[in-house]
Formats: sequence, C-alpha cells, structure tokens
Amino acid sequence: MSDIADRVKKIVVEHLGVDEDKVVESASFIDDLGADSLDTVELVMAFEEEFGIEIPDDAAETIQTVGDAVTFIKGAV
Amino acid sequence: MFDLTGRNALVTGASGGIGGAVAEALHAAGASVALSGTREAPLRDLAERLGSRAHVVPANLSDAEAVAALPKAAAEAMGSVDILVNNAGITRDNLFMRMSDEEWAQVLEVNLTSVFRLSRAVLRGMMKARWGRIVTITSVVGTTGNPGQGNYAAAKAGLVGMSKSLASEVASRGITVNCVAPGFIATAMTDKLNDEQKARILTQIPAGAMGSPADIAAAVSYLASREAGYVTGATLHVNGGMAMV
Repeated sequence: MSDIADRVKKIVVEHLGVDEDKVVESASFIDDLGADSLDTVELVMAFEEEFGIEIPDDAAETIQTVGDAVTFIKGAV
Repeated sequence: MFDLTGRNALVTGASGGIGGAVAEALHAAGASVALSGTREAPLRDLAERLGSRAHVVPANLSDAEAVAALPKAAAEAMGSVDILVNNAGITRDNLFMRMSDEEWAQVLEVNLTSVFRLSRAVLRGMMKARWGRIVTITSVVGTTGNPGQGNYAAAKAGLVGMSKSLASEVASRGITVNCVAPGFIATAMTDKLNDEQKARILTQIPAGAMGSPADIAAAVSYLASREAGYVTGATLHVNGGMAMV
C-alpha cells in the first residue's frame, strides 16, 4: 500500500469507526463500511483537507469505494 | 440569560431593528458577532456601541458573489461561524395580480435563496466542530398568508420547509436548525403605520401590544444556546398570540 492509501485508510478508520482490516480497496463506504450519505460528504471533506486538494461534487459522487478514493487522490495531488 | 461565551455568530440584516437587537443579545451573552447588512454606517455604529468582539462584514444578499464571500469574511474576522442568524429580508409588496416577475424574484432571491447559500457555506465548519446553530427569522405571514405579500409569504414558508429538511440531515452532527417567526414587531417599518392602522392590528393580538425586537432576540438567544440542543426543525412563534400555530 502506498502512502496515499495508508492515509486514506486511516481517515476512513477514524471517521467511520470500523476495523482496519475491513478497509480494503474494494470496500464500499456505504454498503460495506456502514457509512450514510452524510458520512460520505464528511469523508470527502476530510480527504480534501488531508491532501490539500479540491474534490468537485461530480467527482465526489464517483468515489464509492476506498479504492475509488485512492485512485482519485493519486490523480489529483 | 444564556451563556454563549466563545461562540462566534454571524447575523445578517444587523442594521435593522430586529437584527440589531439579536446581535446585541448574542453579544451580551458572550458571543463574538459579525454584523452584516447592506448599509455600513449603522453597522459601524452598532459595532462601536458593542465594543470588543464585534466585527462589521457588509454584504448585499441579492448579489450571489457577495453571499459567497460573506461566510468567509465572517470566519476570517472571528475564527469560525458557530451560529448563523439569517435575519435579513426585504419586502416588495404588491397585489398578486399586479406583482411583477421581478418583485417575485427579488424577494425569493434575498429572503430564501441567500439563506440556502449562507447555510450551506457555514455547514462545513459546523460539521467538523460537531456543533452549530442556524436560526432563521421567518414571519407569521409564512403560516397565515397576508394580502399583498404573496412573494414574501412564499419565501418565509419556504424557509420553514428548507430548515426542517436541513435539520433532519445534520441533527446527528450536533447542529440544530430552527426558525423564529415574529408577529407584529415595533420597528422602523411599523412606525410608518398610522394610529388607525395600528389600532386595527392590535385588535388581532391577544397580548394587546406589538412585540419588541428584544422579544425576538430572546427567542434567538435560546435557540442558539447549548440548552436548546435538543430543539431542531422547530419554529418558535413570537407574536403575542396573534396566530396560535
């Protein structure tokens, strides 16, 4: 796992209060990690701050899984 | 009455009678206040009277760019916006059949759309802080209707539905969203009424008197307080019994 993936994972674990081993690349925030829609908004906010990037709303909608987040952030930083 | 020490409040329409009283009450409770309005001079006077913890952030809420800049200016001045009081409002009264599209649009833009934009902008900080208070001043006419105020009543009723929707979205994050609906309040606007008009209005108010801006400010102070944390999506009617809804 890259540095970005580790940092994403840490944010997800902290924010959603889930076990670290559940936060795999294919895990869906809503279906697998128990996030509600507002949690996903907050996760995007947290990613923006952690990585100093801006995630537009239409991009945010495509970020459904941990892997989606890592891929998007890798392309944005 | 309530302790708001350490809280930062943005009050729109603070140059008016009700907004000024709200800002004064929040300030007296210990909050820092950012005073917004279109007229800078009365805002400066108020800020001077309040002394420390008072900031002037003028904005014209009919201008979308000014609306976008306002929460940033307030947060820069105070460090955050923990309490947003949406008080600013305009009237463009006309009989429904004579009301122009422009009169309709202007009132909706300032009284409803700007509140949506300001509330959206302050939510980010409130979500992070897990604490926030949004209090919007509506009006009794949003519930009862009023001849000549189709646009104004529509905007005020719209604020109630908007506030309830937002309240249910963010309740789990420690943010409450409520409305205060004034009835007839003695302000510069009602001073223009003649004695006969005033007498007629008073017959409709069980309390037998017009309210004061301080009556509204007290309601806002409560809803902004820590003690009101379990009250959300509500409208607190402050109207001397004029409409018991």
